[in-house]
Amino acid sequence: MPTYQQFPLPDAGEGLTEAEIVAWHVAVGDAVEVNQTIVEIETAKSLVDLPSPWTGIVSAILVEPGQTVDVGTPIIEIDTDPTGEAPAPATGHGGAIEHGHRGGGDRHAGVEPGGADEVAAVREQAEAARRTAQVQAHEEHAAGLDRGTTAPGSRTAGRRSGDATASRAAAGLGGTPAERTSAGLTSGATGGGTTGTSGSAPAVTSAGGATTSAGGTDAAGEGRQAVLVGYGLADPGATRRPRGGAPSAGTAGATATAAGGVPGQAASAAPRAAAHALAKPPVRKLARELGVDLDSVTPTGPGGIVTREDVLAHAAQAEARTLATYPGDDKPWLASGTVSPDGRQTRVPVKSVRKRTAEAMVTSAFTAPHVTVFHTVDVTRTMRLVERLRADKEFADVRVTPLLIAAKALMLAVRRHPEINASWDDAAQEIVYKHYINLGIAAATPRGLVVPNVKDAHRLSLLELARGLGELTATARAGRTSPSDMADGTITITNVGVFGIDTGTPILNPGEAAILAFGAIRLQPWVHKGKVKPRHVTQLALSFDHRLVDGELGARVLADVASVLADPAQGLVWG
Amino acid sequence: MSQTSPPTDDGLVQLLTPTGERVPHPDLDARVAHLDADGLRALYRDMVLVRRFDTEATSLQRQGELALFAQGLGQEAAQIGSAHAMTPHDHVFPSYREHGVAHVRGVDLAQVLRLFRGIDHGGWDPVAHGFHLYTLVIGSHTLHATGYAMGLQRDGLVGTGDPERDAAVVVYFGDGATSQGDVNEALVFAAVNNAPVVFFCQNNQWAISEPTTKQARVPLADRGPGFGVPSVRVDGNDVLATYAVTQQALERARTGGGPTFIEAFTYRMGAHTTSDDPTRYRTSAEEEYWRRRDPIDRLRLHLEELGELSAEFVEQVADEADALGERIRTEVRAMGRPSSASMFEHVYATPHSVVEGERAWFERYEASFTDAGQSREGSHR
Repeated sequence: MPTYQQFPLPDAGEGLTEAEIVAWHVAVGDAVEVNQTIVEIETAKSLVDLPSPWTGIVSAILVEPGQTVDVGTPIIEIDTDPTGEAPAPATGHGGAIEHGHRGGGDRHAGVEPGGADEVAAVREQAEAARRTAQVQAHEEHAAGLDRGTTAPGSRTAGRRSGDATASRAAAGLGGTPAERTSAGLTSGATGGGTTGTSGSAPAVTSAGGATTSAGGTDAAGEGRQAVLVGYGLADPGATRRPRGGAPSAGTAGATATAAGGVPGQAASAAPRAAAHALAKPPVRKLARELGVDLDSVTPTGPGGIVTREDVLAHAAQAEARTLATYPGDDKPWLASGTVSPDGRQTRVPVKSVRKRTAEAMVTSAFTAPHVTVFHTVDVTRTMRLVERLRADKEFADVRVTPLLIAAKALMLAVRRHPEINASWDDAAQEIVYKHYINLGIAAATPRGLVVPNVKDAHRLSLLELARGLGELTATARAGRTSPSDMADGTITITNVGVFGIDTGTPILNPGEAAILAFGAIRLQPWVHKGKVKPRHVTQLALSFDHRLVDGELGARVLADVASVLADPAQGLVWG
Repeated sequence: MSQTSPPTDDGLVQLLTPTGERVPHPDLDARVAHLDADGLRALYRDMVLVRRFDTEATSLQRQGELALFAQGLGQEAAQIGSAHAMTPHDHVFPSYREHGVAHVRGVDLAQVLRLFRGIDHGGWDPVAHGFHLYTLVIGSHTLHATGYAMGLQRDGLVGTGDPERDAAVVVYFGDGATSQGDVNEALVFAAVNNAPVVFFCQNNQWAISEPTTKQARVPLADRGPGFGVPSVRVDGNDVLATYAVTQQALERARTGGGPTFIEAFTYRMGAHTTSDDPTRYRTSAEEEYWRRRDPIDRLRLHLEELGELSAEFVEQVADEADALGERIRTEVRAMGRPSSASMFEHVYATPHSVVEGERAWFERYEASFTDAGQSREGSHR
């Protein structure tokens, strides 16, 4: 009997996961012998010739040259007994049901009965097709040619696709060859003729369509799709395949989704076609406790196992409720949240800036031992300087603020104590001293906290620095801060004063050794030249990484910053 | 030994030229004199069979049936020649490419592939065949071999003059291994203890992608005398010469004469393993040079010149080889996954309470997977 064997892409190296098909040395219809070189593939390591595992006739090439597929993906189908007779259909039915059930039913608990029914329906349809198309059915080749003639525009593609269609149909239904072939014809006819009209076919058709990587684009575009229930997606890249039976493709869609979640994972997960979900005992326990059916969970773990996170995600998804209506429920930060059943809480997934902020803060707070030192300083002279600069024509187009002077003061302090401009490389057990200053400014933006930095700030004149700070804050407020803007900062200022706050104990931006908090400037009674006078006074706080910055160094740096702010002329001395 | 031999241009001991011409040798002629046409044909047959095995195993790896395979292609003479020089009570410590030696020692080659399929740590009984398990760690087994040889000494199995009793050890390793500390340590121990061990180095020119020229500035055989181990450099593609020098070295070892270092100068025609791509580091011209020095061709030409290679015999061997290939293929495909618990079986020779405890825990753990109504032990792969 014709016996179709599919050759899954082997791991030609040690632990390789994928390979690219470079060139086929055989074509559909060719006779091949055991160990005859049939295809050249390129792995991450080398070009490799693959020998045929069987003697027979090539019935389908399942992956086109140039495509990269996962190890385990069937790449060619060989009829190892081309001269054989068709067996009785009885044995085929069981196979069809079993395969269909696995592929369409088990993997998605919600549609299980439907899936089985649909498969059964398809099988019956296949039976009917077999009866009406007996003769051609025995000759896949003829079937393929037939396809080609119905699609003059893409004869070659059509032919190839036709072959692939018929043969993959065979593999999918796993039953009798005649039936397999006729199923292929059926799906071809359905797809090519009345796209998406058959109520029962799509469950199979679209699943097969998912595997139609070989047929490629033209053929798929005509809605001609092959049948391969139980194998899921063979080609993660073929995203443009249309679903012939879109209206009723729910089962098949669910099949594909359940089998692999996203297309990229489908190929590796699908060939396993495990009857039951794989999971470690603790995860099974968790699933039991949460009342989650493991078989309905989309596995993302290696080798298609269901992970703890998968179970939790599934449970969370199952619990999700729509947003209840209550005052203030349109707040932007609640947008992606789900409201608790009692309507008193909203759970918002942590993502994007919030997620990065949290990670950075946790990393910093729990790896670098923080010490914060404080200094209260009379900045009246700085305020005068700021006023003078605001009146300066040269500074007319930039914003002059006390922060600008504070930034300059910090850089002068760093120039005098360059050891503080450093980073602790824990992996290398080295301290990295930076001979440049990328001055970070913590900025509150609509998306959350970001810390972009002014690159090579030590090279900038006061005017250039003012311009740099202006651009940086404008970009941040507009939410356009790019990752490179935030990368490689060396020291940071957080301007808590703009919120009217006196000071704080800032957490270091990860990878840096110091951060300066610049508090609010208030007119306060202050002893000036022996008398209490109203003076502009502010508080400075400097947090530093005590692994590489000793208290003395931190104190000296802060004292220098304060010194310049108290008397900007000091900058001339140190500048 | 090598000092008295008339070397080839490469300084190699040779009895058969690449064109199959028999070259006389004052010391070694006597050692191969008993090899009549039948004897030579037996060598030929073994080499052809092993090469066929090699091809089949390589294909099986490419078909996804084996996780890995290390080809011996091109090194048949070095392996078959040396292995034929042994007696059954000698003991061999192979590295991982010695399929030819395994075959001569009576190991079923299909069993060799259990290791490469990843279903077994070994695949055969080392004692029954006097053929240790493959060692994938480079060179470490030279120490085991030396220790084993010292054990033979202490068991009084060396230098008794009784050929039925005296035994020796052969350890196989490659050119790359000679750079390993282990190999040097083994040579030190073997030399000072006069251990009955033959260090059989198959210099196949490439330690994966590293050429021998980057391993040594002198011929590898020259390392032996520095340790006080006499050495010989033999044409490893000459099955007769390999046979003769190995027999000589084994005789010395068995009679209490101590270790010998043999450098069999050969070439790895295939990749280091199926994970390797030799085209990335060597030229096709080099491969072509060695192809013309093929070990099987050499013996075939010699036999033809003697008029002792009938077409029927060649065909018969070829059929036998194909049958072997098919048997290997069928058997490998049928190899199921062993039960996971079998890994506990060979930890200790005698029952061990800790291992028993671990096995019990592991079995409970495995059983915990079956609560979803499925058995984890399905069909393999």
